[in-house]
Amino acid sequence: MEDALTFLKDWTRDGLLPWSAQCAAVKHFGTSHAAMEGLALENGLFPARYQRNRNMISTAEQLRLFQSRVAVIGCGGLGGYVIEELARLGVGQIVAIDPDIFEEHNLNRQILSTPATLGKAKVEAAVDRVAEINPAVTVTAVKDAFCLANGFELLAGVQVAVDALDSISYRLELAEVSTAAEVPMVHGAIGGWYGHVATQMPGDTTVQRIYRHWVAGKGIEQQLGNPAFTPAVVASLEVAEVCKILLGKGELLRNRKLSIDLLEMEVHEISYEVPMKLVDAA
Amino acid sequence: MHVTVKLFATFRNGRFKIAEQELPEGTECRRVVLDLGLTEEEIGIIMINGRHGTLDQKLAHNDVLSLFPLVGGG
Repeated sequence: MEDALTFLKDWTRDGLLPWSAQCAAVKHFGTSHAAMEGLALENGLFPARYQRNRNMISTAEQLRLFQSRVAVIGCGGLGGYVIEELARLGVGQIVAIDPDIFEEHNLNRQILSTPATLGKAKVEAAVDRVAEINPAVTVTAVKDAFCLANGFELLAGVQVAVDALDSISYRLELAEVSTAAEVPMVHGAIGGWYGHVATQMPGDTTVQRIYRHWVAGKGIEQQLGNPAFTPAVVASLEVAEVCKILLGKGELLRNRKLSIDLLEMEVHEISYEVPMKLVDAA
Repeated sequence: MHVTVKLFATFRNGRFKIAEQELPEGTECRRVVLDLGLTEEEIGIIMINGRHGTLDQKLAHNDVLSLFPLVGGG
Protein backbone atom coordinates (compact mmCIF):
# COMPACT_ATOMS: atom_id res chain seq x y z
CA MET A 1 0.00 0.00 0.00
CA GLU A 2 2.97 2.28 0.69
CA ASP A 3 4.07 1.80 -2.92
CA ALA A 4 0.57 2.36 -4.20
CA LEU A 5 0.29 5.59 -2.23
CA THR A 6 3.60 6.85 -3.63
CA PHE A 7 2.32 5.93 -7.08
CA LEU A 8 -0.92 7.86 -6.54
CA LYS A 9 0.92 10.86 -5.10
CA ASP A 10 3.30 10.94 -8.05
CA TRP A 11 0.38 11.14 -10.43
CA THR A 12 -1.56 13.79 -8.52
CA ARG A 13 -1.55 17.13 -10.34
CA ASP A 14 -2.73 20.34 -8.66
CA GLY A 15 -4.28 18.26 -5.89
CA LEU A 16 -6.28 16.15 -8.33
CA LEU A 17 -5.77 12.46 -8.98
CA PRO A 18 -6.66 11.66 -12.62
CA TRP A 19 -8.88 8.69 -13.40
CA SER A 20 -6.20 7.31 -15.71
CA ALA A 21 -3.76 7.16 -12.76
CA GLN A 22 -6.38 5.41 -10.59
CA CYS A 23 -6.84 2.84 -13.37
CA ALA A 24 -3.07 2.40 -13.80
CA ALA A 25 -2.68 1.86 -10.04
CA VAL A 26 -5.45 -0.76 -10.01
CA LYS A 27 -3.72 -2.60 -12.84
CA HIS A 28 -0.18 -2.22 -11.51
CA PHE A 29 -0.93 -3.28 -7.93
CA GLY A 30 -3.61 -5.83 -8.83
CA THR A 31 -6.14 -4.19 -6.55
CA SER A 32 -9.65 -2.76 -6.84
CA HIS A 33 -10.88 0.71 -7.77
CA ALA A 34 -12.54 0.91 -4.35
CA ALA A 35 -9.23 0.21 -2.59
CA MET A 36 -7.41 2.85 -4.62
CA GLU A 37 -10.13 5.46 -4.13
CA GLY A 38 -10.14 4.81 -0.38
CA LEU A 39 -6.36 5.06 -0.20
CA ALA A 40 -6.36 8.30 -2.17
CA LEU A 41 -9.09 9.99 -0.11
CA GLU A 42 -7.63 8.84 3.22
CA ASN A 43 -4.41 10.58 2.22
CA GLY A 44 -6.02 13.79 1.08
CA LEU A 45 -5.79 13.08 -2.65
CA PHE A 46 -8.93 14.20 -4.42
CA PRO A 47 -9.97 11.98 -7.34
CA ALA A 48 -10.32 14.25 -10.37
CA ARG A 49 -13.64 12.66 -11.28
CA TYR A 50 -15.14 14.48 -8.28
CA GLN A 51 -13.48 17.85 -9.01
CA ARG A 52 -16.84 19.54 -9.64
CA ASN A 53 -17.97 18.39 -6.17
CA ARG A 54 -15.13 20.41 -4.71
CA ASN A 55 -15.82 23.63 -2.79
CA MET A 56 -19.17 22.04 -2.06
CA ILE A 57 -17.80 18.73 -0.78
CA SER A 58 -14.33 18.76 0.81
CA THR A 59 -11.82 15.89 0.57
CA ALA A 60 -12.76 14.79 4.09
CA GLU A 61 -16.44 14.83 3.14
CA GLN A 62 -15.77 12.98 -0.10
CA LEU A 63 -14.04 10.32 2.05
CA ARG A 64 -17.07 10.18 4.33
CA LEU A 65 -19.33 9.62 1.31
CA PHE A 66 -16.97 6.92 0.06
CA GLN A 67 -17.11 5.18 3.45
CA SER A 68 -20.92 5.35 3.56
CA ARG A 69 -23.39 2.58 2.91
CA VAL A 70 -26.84 3.49 1.58
CA ALA A 71 -29.72 1.10 0.92
CA VAL A 72 -31.99 1.85 -2.03
CA ILE A 73 -35.25 0.00 -1.67
CA GLY A 74 -36.81 -0.31 -5.09
CA CYS A 75 -34.82 -0.02 -8.33
CA GLY A 76 -37.55 1.22 -10.67
CA GLY A 77 -38.53 4.82 -11.43
CA LEU A 78 -37.17 6.51 -8.33
CA GLY A 79 -34.53 3.89 -7.47
CA GLY A 80 -32.79 3.98 -10.86
CA TYR A 81 -32.13 7.73 -10.61
CA VAL A 82 -31.25 7.46 -6.92
CA ILE A 83 -28.60 4.82 -7.66
CA GLU A 84 -27.24 6.77 -10.63
CA GLU A 85 -26.84 9.92 -8.52
CA LEU A 86 -25.42 8.17 -5.45
CA ALA A 87 -22.79 6.50 -7.62
CA ARG A 88 -21.82 9.75 -9.34
CA LEU A 89 -21.75 11.52 -5.97
CA GLY A 90 -19.26 8.91 -4.78
CA VAL A 91 -21.20 7.03 -2.10
CA GLY A 92 -18.98 3.99 -1.68
CA GLN A 93 -21.49 1.27 -0.96
CA ILE A 94 -24.99 0.89 -2.31
CA VAL A 95 -27.36 -1.91 -1.36
CA ALA A 96 -29.84 -2.22 -4.24
CA ILE A 97 -33.01 -4.10 -3.34
CA ASP A 98 -35.77 -5.11 -5.78
CA PRO A 99 -37.42 -8.45 -6.63
CA ASP A 100 -38.47 -7.49 -10.19
CA ILE A 101 -37.20 -7.76 -13.74
CA PHE A 102 -37.58 -5.04 -16.40
CA GLU A 103 -40.72 -5.03 -18.49
CA GLU A 104 -41.66 -2.96 -21.51
CA HIS A 105 -43.90 -0.57 -19.54
CA ASN A 106 -40.82 0.52 -17.51
CA LEU A 107 -39.10 2.03 -20.57
CA ASN A 108 -40.86 5.42 -20.42
CA ARG A 109 -39.13 6.41 -17.20
CA GLN A 110 -36.90 3.86 -15.46
CA ILE A 111 -33.37 4.94 -16.25
CA LEU A 112 -31.89 1.47 -15.73
CA SER A 113 -34.22 -0.03 -18.34
CA THR A 114 -33.39 -0.26 -22.03
CA PRO A 115 -34.70 -2.57 -24.73
CA ALA A 116 -31.57 -4.64 -24.09
CA THR A 117 -32.31 -5.07 -20.37
CA LEU A 118 -35.92 -6.27 -20.77
CA GLY A 119 -36.28 -9.47 -18.76
CA LYS A 120 -33.18 -8.67 -16.73
CA ALA A 121 -33.28 -8.29 -12.94
CA LYS A 122 -33.43 -4.60 -11.99
CA VAL A 123 -30.72 -5.09 -9.35
CA GLU A 124 -28.41 -6.70 -11.92
CA ALA A 125 -28.91 -3.73 -14.22
CA ALA A 126 -28.02 -1.51 -11.25
CA VAL A 127 -24.76 -3.41 -10.71
CA ASP A 128 -23.86 -3.13 -14.41
CA ARG A 129 -24.72 0.56 -14.64
CA VAL A 130 -22.70 1.53 -11.56
CA ALA A 131 -19.73 -0.55 -12.76
CA GLU A 132 -19.91 1.47 -15.96
CA ILE A 133 -20.18 4.94 -14.41
CA ASN A 134 -18.12 4.58 -11.23
CA PRO A 135 -16.15 1.34 -10.68
CA ALA A 136 -15.01 2.56 -7.23
CA VAL A 137 -18.58 2.11 -5.95
CA THR A 138 -19.61 -1.31 -4.66
CA VAL A 139 -23.21 -2.39 -5.29
CA THR A 140 -24.69 -5.23 -3.27
CA ALA A 141 -27.61 -6.61 -5.27
CA VAL A 142 -30.53 -8.13 -3.39
CA LYS A 143 -33.16 -9.63 -5.71
CA ASP A 144 -35.86 -9.83 -3.10
CA ALA A 145 -38.71 -7.77 -1.69
CA PHE A 146 -37.90 -5.74 1.40
CA CYS A 147 -40.18 -6.73 4.27
CA LEU A 148 -40.35 -7.02 8.03
CA ALA A 149 -38.83 -10.50 7.87
CA ASN A 150 -35.59 -9.57 6.06
CA GLY A 151 -35.51 -5.80 6.63
CA PHE A 152 -33.34 -5.73 9.70
CA GLU A 153 -30.65 -7.79 8.01
CA LEU A 154 -30.78 -5.69 4.82
CA LEU A 155 -30.30 -2.45 6.75
CA ALA A 156 -27.34 -3.77 8.78
CA GLY A 157 -24.46 -1.29 8.59
CA VAL A 158 -26.49 1.12 6.50
CA GLN A 159 -26.41 4.87 7.25
CA VAL A 160 -29.49 5.83 5.23
CA ALA A 161 -32.42 3.91 3.71
CA VAL A 162 -33.89 5.45 0.57
CA ASP A 163 -37.52 4.71 -0.10
CA ALA A 164 -37.98 4.11 -3.82
CA LEU A 165 -40.83 1.65 -3.37
CA ASP A 166 -44.07 1.64 -5.35
CA SER A 167 -46.26 0.15 -2.64
CA ILE A 168 -47.63 1.89 0.42
CA SER A 169 -47.79 -1.26 2.53
CA TYR A 170 -44.12 -2.15 1.84
CA ARG A 171 -43.23 1.48 2.51
CA LEU A 172 -44.84 1.29 5.93
CA GLU A 173 -42.83 -1.87 6.61
CA LEU A 174 -39.65 -0.01 5.62
CA ALA A 175 -40.61 2.82 7.97
CA GLU A 176 -41.12 0.35 10.78
CA VAL A 177 -37.80 -1.44 10.19
CA SER A 178 -35.91 1.86 9.78
CA THR A 179 -37.25 3.02 13.13
CA ALA A 180 -36.34 -0.26 14.84
CA ALA A 181 -32.88 -0.31 13.23
CA GLU A 182 -32.40 3.40 14.00
CA VAL A 183 -31.62 4.19 10.39
CA PRO A 184 -32.74 7.51 8.85
CA MET A 185 -35.21 7.00 6.01
CA VAL A 186 -35.64 9.31 3.05
CA HIS A 187 -39.17 8.89 1.78
CA GLY A 188 -40.31 9.68 -1.75
CA ALA A 189 -43.47 8.84 -3.65
CA ILE A 190 -44.78 9.77 -7.09
CA GLY A 191 -47.92 9.57 -9.21
CA GLY A 192 -48.39 11.31 -12.56
CA TRP A 193 -47.42 14.99 -12.32
CA TYR A 194 -47.23 14.76 -8.54
CA GLY A 195 -44.83 13.61 -5.90
CA HIS A 196 -43.59 14.23 -2.41
CA VAL A 197 -40.47 13.89 -0.30
CA ALA A 198 -39.81 13.76 3.44
CA THR A 199 -37.02 12.60 5.73
CA GLN A 200 -37.73 10.49 8.78
CA MET A 201 -35.03 10.36 11.43
CA PRO A 202 -35.00 7.50 13.97
CA GLY A 203 -37.80 8.01 16.45
CA ASP A 204 -39.91 10.14 14.06
CA THR A 205 -43.18 8.78 12.70
CA THR A 206 -43.52 11.04 9.68
CA VAL A 207 -44.07 8.29 7.10
CA GLN A 208 -46.71 6.59 9.24
CA ARG A 209 -48.42 9.95 9.63
CA ILE A 210 -48.23 10.73 5.91
CA TYR A 211 -50.18 7.53 5.27
CA ARG A 212 -52.45 7.70 8.30
CA HIS A 213 -55.61 7.72 6.14
CA TRP A 214 -54.43 4.83 3.98
CA VAL A 215 -56.72 1.82 4.00
CA ALA A 216 -55.56 -0.38 1.12
CA GLY A 217 -54.31 -0.27 -2.44
CA LYS A 218 -52.39 2.31 -4.40
CA GLY A 219 -52.61 6.08 -4.80
CA ILE A 220 -53.20 8.27 -7.85
CA GLU A 221 -50.33 6.53 -9.68
CA GLN A 222 -52.73 3.65 -10.36
CA GLN A 223 -54.79 5.83 -12.74
CA LEU A 224 -52.10 8.29 -13.86
CA GLY A 225 -49.05 6.09 -14.22
CA ASN A 226 -45.73 7.95 -14.09
CA PRO A 227 -44.00 10.01 -16.82
CA ALA A 228 -40.25 10.35 -17.49
CA PHE A 229 -39.63 13.46 -15.40
CA THR A 230 -41.47 13.01 -12.10
CA PRO A 231 -39.23 10.18 -10.83
CA ALA A 232 -36.11 12.19 -11.79
CA VAL A 233 -37.32 15.23 -9.81
CA VAL A 234 -38.31 13.34 -6.67
CA ALA A 235 -35.29 11.01 -6.79
CA SER A 236 -32.94 14.01 -7.01
CA LEU A 237 -34.57 15.63 -3.98
CA GLU A 238 -34.17 12.33 -2.13
CA VAL A 239 -30.46 12.14 -2.99
CA ALA A 240 -29.92 15.72 -1.80
CA GLU A 241 -31.40 14.64 1.54
CA VAL A 242 -29.15 11.54 1.64
CA CYS A 243 -26.08 13.68 0.94
CA LYS A 244 -26.97 16.07 3.79
CA ILE A 245 -27.64 13.25 6.24
CA LEU A 246 -24.30 11.60 5.41
CA LEU A 247 -22.39 14.86 5.72
CA GLY A 248 -24.40 16.26 8.63
CA LYS A 249 -25.03 19.59 6.94
CA GLY A 250 -27.92 21.73 5.78
CA GLU A 251 -31.55 21.67 6.74
CA LEU A 252 -33.36 18.37 6.30
CA LEU A 253 -36.99 17.83 5.32
CA ARG A 254 -37.57 16.62 8.83
CA ASN A 255 -41.09 16.86 10.28
CA ARG A 256 -42.21 18.35 6.99
CA LYS A 257 -43.12 17.04 3.60
CA LEU A 258 -42.58 18.74 0.27
CA SER A 259 -45.53 18.13 -2.05
CA ILE A 260 -44.74 18.81 -5.68
CA ASP A 261 -47.22 19.51 -8.46
CA LEU A 262 -45.38 19.64 -11.80
CA LEU A 263 -48.56 20.37 -13.77
CA GLU A 264 -49.29 23.66 -12.02
CA MET A 265 -45.65 24.05 -10.87
CA GLU A 266 -46.64 24.39 -7.24
CA VAL A 267 -44.68 23.26 -4.21
CA HIS A 268 -46.45 22.93 -0.87
CA GLU A 269 -44.82 22.27 2.44
CA ILE A 270 -46.94 20.18 4.81
CA SER A 271 -45.90 20.29 8.44
CA TYR A 272 -45.61 17.11 10.46
CA GLU A 273 -44.34 18.86 13.55
CA VAL A 274 -45.24 16.89 16.63
CA PRO A 275 -47.65 19.00 18.68
CA MET A 276 -46.01 20.20 21.85
CA LYS A 277 -46.88 17.99 24.79
CA LEU A 278 -48.25 19.90 27.73
CA VAL A 279 -47.01 19.02 31.16
CA ASP A 280 -49.74 17.51 33.31
CA ALA A 281 -50.31 19.08 36.68
CA ALA A 282 -49.50 16.47 39.26
CA MET B 1 -71.58 28.12 8.43
CA HIS B 2 -68.97 29.19 5.95
CA VAL B 3 -66.09 26.89 4.95
CA THR B 4 -63.30 27.35 2.39
CA VAL B 5 -62.39 24.16 0.54
CA LYS B 6 -59.01 23.88 -1.22
CA LEU B 7 -58.26 20.98 -3.53
CA PHE B 8 -54.86 19.78 -4.72
CA ALA B 9 -53.41 17.68 -7.55
CA THR B 10 -55.94 15.37 -9.27
CA PHE B 11 -58.76 16.43 -6.94
CA ARG B 12 -58.93 19.65 -8.97
CA ASN B 13 -59.83 17.83 -12.19
CA GLY B 14 -63.42 18.71 -13.09
CA ARG B 15 -63.81 20.48 -9.73
CA PHE B 16 -61.98 23.57 -8.51
CA LYS B 17 -58.84 24.81 -6.81
CA ILE B 18 -60.66 26.79 -4.16
CA ALA B 19 -64.34 27.20 -3.31
CA GLU B 20 -66.44 28.78 -0.61
CA GLN B 21 -69.15 26.49 0.77
CA GLU B 22 -72.16 27.13 2.98
CA LEU B 23 -72.64 24.07 5.19
CA PRO B 24 -74.94 23.16 8.10
CA GLU B 25 -73.39 23.64 11.56
CA GLY B 26 -71.32 20.67 12.67
CA THR B 27 -70.82 19.18 9.20
CA GLU B 28 -68.18 16.43 9.26
CA CYS B 29 -65.22 16.53 6.94
CA ARG B 30 -66.39 13.20 5.46
CA ARG B 31 -69.63 14.82 4.21
CA VAL B 32 -67.66 17.41 2.23
CA VAL B 33 -65.40 14.70 0.77
CA LEU B 34 -68.33 12.51 -0.33
CA ASP B 35 -70.29 15.49 -1.71
CA LEU B 36 -67.31 16.26 -3.95
CA GLY B 37 -67.62 12.77 -5.41
CA LEU B 38 -64.41 11.64 -3.73
CA THR B 39 -64.02 8.36 -1.88
CA GLU B 40 -62.36 7.91 1.50
CA GLU B 41 -59.74 5.62 -0.11
CA GLU B 42 -58.54 8.44 -2.37
CA ILE B 43 -57.72 10.78 0.50
CA GLY B 44 -54.05 11.31 1.28
CA ILE B 45 -53.99 14.39 3.50
CA ILE B 46 -56.68 16.37 5.27
CA MET B 47 -55.65 19.74 6.60
CA ILE B 48 -58.02 21.92 8.60
CA ASN B 49 -56.65 25.42 9.14
CA GLY B 50 -53.16 24.13 8.42
CA ARG B 51 -53.35 21.29 10.95
CA HIS B 52 -53.83 17.62 10.19
CA GLY B 53 -57.44 16.55 10.47
CA THR B 54 -59.57 13.44 10.14
CA LEU B 55 -62.67 12.50 8.18
CA ASP B 56 -64.69 12.37 11.41
CA GLN B 57 -63.72 15.87 12.38
CA LYS B 58 -66.54 18.42 12.59
CA LEU B 59 -65.92 21.64 10.72
CA ALA B 60 -66.45 25.06 12.24
CA HIS B 61 -67.38 28.45 10.80
CA ASN B 62 -64.58 29.98 8.71
CA ASP B 63 -62.53 26.77 8.64
CA VAL B 64 -60.21 26.17 5.69
CA LEU B 65 -60.27 22.53 4.59
CA SER B 66 -57.49 21.31 2.26
CA LEU B 67 -57.59 17.90 0.60
CA PHE B 68 -54.66 16.13 -1.11
CA PRO B 69 -54.91 12.77 -2.88
CA LEU B 70 -52.96 9.67 -1.88
CA VAL B 71 -49.64 9.34 -3.74
CA GLY B 72 -47.69 6.09 -3.41
CA GLY B 73 -45.82 5.26 -6.62
CA GLY B 74 -42.11 4.84 -7.17
